[in-house]
Amino acid sequence: MIINHPILGPRDFQEFTYLGDASLIDRPDWQADNAADQFHDYLYLRDNPAGEHRELWFHEQGDRSWLVVTRNTVTHEILNVELARDVARARGRSK
Amino acid sequence: MTDAVMNAGRVAFQADGSTGARKGVQVNRLDGGLIKGGKPLSFTFDGKRFKGFEGDTLASALLANGVRLMGRSFKYHRPRGVLTSGSEEPNALVELRSGGRQEPNTRATVAELYDGLEANSQNRWPSLQHDFMAINDRFSNFLTAGFYYKTFMWPAAFWEKLYEPIIRKAAGLGSISFEADPDAYDKGFLHCDLLVIGAGPAGLMAALTAGRAGAQVIIADEDFLLGGRLNAETFGVGDLTGAAWVEQAQAELAAMPNVRVMPRTTIIGAFDHGIYGAVERTADHVLAPEAGKPRQILWRIYSKRAMLAAGATERPIAFENNDRPGVMLAGAVRAYANRWAVTPDQTVAVFTNNDDGHRTAADLIAKGVKVTAVIDTRADAPAVEGAELFAGAQVIDTKGRLGLESVRLRLASGITRDVPCGALAVSGGWNPNVHLTCHQRGRPAWREDIAAFVPAGELPQNMVVAGAANGDFSTAAALRAGAEGAVAALSKLGIEAKVGELPEAEDAPVNVTPFWYVKEGKGRAWLDQQNDVTVKDVKLAHQENFRSVEHLKRYTTLGMATDQGKTSNMGGLAIMAELAGKQIPEVGTTMFRPPYTPVSFGVMAGRSVGEEFRPTRKTPSHKWAEEQGAVFVEVGQWLRAQWFPKAGETHWRQSVDREVLQTRNSVGICDVTTLGKIDVQGKDAAEFLNKMYANAFAKLPVGKVRYGLMLREDGIAYDDGTAARFAEDHFVVTTTTANAVLVYRNMEFARQCLFPDMDVQLISTTEAWAQFAVAGPNARKLLQKVVDPEFDISNEAFPFMACGEVTVAGGCRARLFRISFSGELAYEIAVPTRYGDAMIRKLMEAGEEFGAVPYGTEALGVMRIEKGHAAGNELNGTTSALNLGMGKMVSKKKDCIGNTLSEREGMNQEDALKLVGFKPVNAADPVQAGAHLMNADGEVSAATDQGYITSAAYSPVLGCSIGIGFLKRGDSRKGEVIRAVNPLEGKEIQVEVVSAHFVDPEGERLRG
Repeated sequence: MIINHPILGPRDFQEFTYLGDASLIDRPDWQADNAADQFHDYLYLRDNPAGEHRELWFHEQGDRSWLVVTRNTVTHEILNVELARDVARARGRSK
Repeated sequence: MTDAVMNAGRVAFQADGSTGARKGVQVNRLDGGLIKGGKPLSFTFDGKRFKGFEGDTLASALLANGVRLMGRSFKYHRPRGVLTSGSEEPNALVELRSGGRQEPNTRATVAELYDGLEANSQNRWPSLQHDFMAINDRFSNFLTAGFYYKTFMWPAAFWEKLYEPIIRKAAGLGSISFEADPDAYDKGFLHCDLLVIGAGPAGLMAALTAGRAGAQVIIADEDFLLGGRLNAETFGVGDLTGAAWVEQAQAELAAMPNVRVMPRTTIIGAFDHGIYGAVERTADHVLAPEAGKPRQILWRIYSKRAMLAAGATERPIAFENNDRPGVMLAGAVRAYANRWAVTPDQTVAVFTNNDDGHRTAADLIAKGVKVTAVIDTRADAPAVEGAELFAGAQVIDTKGRLGLESVRLRLASGITRDVPCGALAVSGGWNPNVHLTCHQRGRPAWREDIAAFVPAGELPQNMVVAGAANGDFSTAAALRAGAEGAVAALSKLGIEAKVGELPEAEDAPVNVTPFWYVKEGKGRAWLDQQNDVTVKDVKLAHQENFRSVEHLKRYTTLGMATDQGKTSNMGGLAIMAELAGKQIPEVGTTMFRPPYTPVSFGVMAGRSVGEEFRPTRKTPSHKWAEEQGAVFVEVGQWLRAQWFPKAGETHWRQSVDREVLQTRNSVGICDVTTLGKIDVQGKDAAEFLNKMYANAFAKLPVGKVRYGLMLREDGIAYDDGTAARFAEDHFVVTTTTANAVLVYRNMEFARQCLFPDMDVQLISTTEAWAQFAVAGPNARKLLQKVVDPEFDISNEAFPFMACGEVTVAGGCRARLFRISFSGELAYEIAVPTRYGDAMIRKLMEAGEEFGAVPYGTEALGVMRIEKGHAAGNELNGTTSALNLGMGKMVSKKKDCIGNTLSEREGMNQEDALKLVGFKPVNAADPVQAGAHLMNADGEVSAATDQGYITSAAYSPVLGCSIGIGFLKRGDSRKGEVIRAVNPLEGKEIQVEVVSAHFVDPEGERLRG
């Protein structure tokens, strides 16, 4: 596979390390009333779609950016690549 | 006709049949062809010496020498000869070369002949002609589809010990020598606008069109000669012969700097996003690779567009005893005659269901070979000149023990007739080579007019298909499709190419009437000759309700051999469809997967063999340690000194005990560079570390070090190390050796994905600093000789857990940490890596007056067990901070990775495991790591398990074996005597539960 890195352009996927679902960005608030339940769901429950999937890749052999790659798990077509930091900010992880 | 008459006919024909320049050179060699005459090449097959010519394959050379028998079949040990002239060959598998270069299961049809080639037949004993295991053929009724599922069911224990070894010995292919392969294999990367797969008329025309337009082109062909079927046919292209046109095209391509022509290169797979795998055989056609050159290269080709022009593969017709040596594909017989100037025998018959088969008869007749019959299943078969035609006839049986002698026909009139022939050229039509179109999600579709599957569905990204691979079988259609396909593909890249004027060429239509197998006869008609699958097996599978093609394949093993059923799948599917009363497209096809043809392990491994199997990381003191005769141990990719034997020490324990005692009594030095080091800088560095570590870091003063424990988000202990604060906004973090990469990755994840606006930057500096532990009562005295005098490192100025930047040896910058893993007064000193070698020498020199010893990982391990420090054995992925006795360290006042879930009820049971120490009651008993703990009395069972020992060592300080481990409620059971059991080895000892801090429990030494 070739991942079109937003900063570095097309790179072979072997330069990357795969983590999993991009929902791992959405780490719950530790002070929420049901924090334990929320952390449980955050850690253990994942969708496993046959189709479009937003997932985290780490450019470990490159610039060490974490990326959110939107990939079709059936065809391996890559629809979008974003810097995970931008996604995290967009999801309200800024303080 | 009797055998005597028939043989007399063949002998007579051989005596006066073949004429011309090569007469007498090899018995079945004809005139013409694309082989180079001149000096013959010498080779051996089963030890017998033969001659061939440059341009021959092993198969063509053997046929030229009258050798039809080339192997024994997989299961029944039937005598087999060559079926094809290409990479689809199921039968003629040989062991090539010998010793370390011996390669089993090599197809004789693609093994390029060279002087000194050595080949042996396989799967026979004692010889190819007399094979004892041919007895299997007599028991064929018991060896049908799925026989091992049915026959060897009981008793279960017999399978592994008895049945499987016997079956493996009897059935099988070639053998290996078990010697190391002396040759090198390489890997490489290529990029192009257009990758052309196959250099027949379509591929060459595509490459010419794209090359002329200035595109970056790679054209690859598995053959050593470009041209595809143009080399095997007598057709011209324009005014030239096929071969001459190929030569001209090749010359033009070779002159283009933007075109890379790769013969002997198989595209083995189509992968995601236009990436193709290719194996180039750079030295398989010579006796041995040139010095320093690889035998094969595995290429990864990044293509913007690709064209599959891989041609087509002929399919046989199944009939009784259709596997005798001499029964071949018609296109192959024609290729041998036209390209290699070889006929498999001097009398040949043809059996066909299509017009293409007639070409074989015509070409052989033109070459002076006697064609004894053309048998065409079609009642309206076209006329034949120079041979007797049997229209509407079928071949119902064959004769000849080790080679074909005659075929028996059922004529249209119903009567039978025997026809003498040493070879039968069979054509059941042609299958486009759709394989690579299926490597992603393509599913071929049936085309009725050519009775074959063609590429369809979702092809690999940016792939086009042209020529016979797409079902366009004529030369003219191939040339056109190649040119037009290239133009269309390049236009998508913004490269303008022109179709140009195409040379005139043969444009015959396909005339085929599907005919898959002859129904007459009670014997076996072979479909998959490599896996010995017959028409009967397919019928049996159907009868036993294996109705899906994928089930049929796995139950009968049809198409599961190394040839992936290139010549056999279609027949099996057709019979399956007929039995099910369905049309072929309803039944569908099985999938083709990479690799297209077998790939050697050698080229997959490339240079990653032996010492280069993976990177070896050496510590900065490696050279010095080698000089001391250190014994090394692999720690991940690192090589670390395990111990440093001294003269007279005969057992590792002597060395290790000495290193421990001398360190505890005076001073020892250990290279600890392998620990991960991460530089953390920024305004929010302290806050960031507060998130990473379970314990608090925000208030750590500058100039101090703190032990830190990291958790996983699920609350399990993950890694530990230290964080040293060099400035308000600057920390240096250490990790364990094993987790150096992972901790860094996780910290980057937290920084970028969880806390994207923290002002903090990370960089791994593991390799940037050489770091040495200096431990023991004389550690300070030693370091005072090395650290420059302006730095006060007295106990008052530089107490336990201090850190600072210093200089050593007159100005070399260094970092000094007063931390202790051994429990002694200890420091770690770090210098830039390039001074690491000088530093170890300096430290040892300065330590001479104290009798300083270097110590390795074993002594390091003994001392940490004596101190009860957790390491990898304790941070084993199942233990929590509570288990480790560090439950109170987990701050409840802040958020950090893992603290919320570490509070789960299940991880905080009242009888939780606690880390404690163990001493044997009988001092001579060894404590074993991995032993399970049981109460003093009662049964030994999983239900009564009390915990386990994680680390054990002989303590030279205590003079006995000791251990640490996890015991239920361990912290409240000190003084109790329990049992450490090892049921695997039947061992059991009594141990006393003690504090894990065996040495200096109050920690006075390290503060001294």
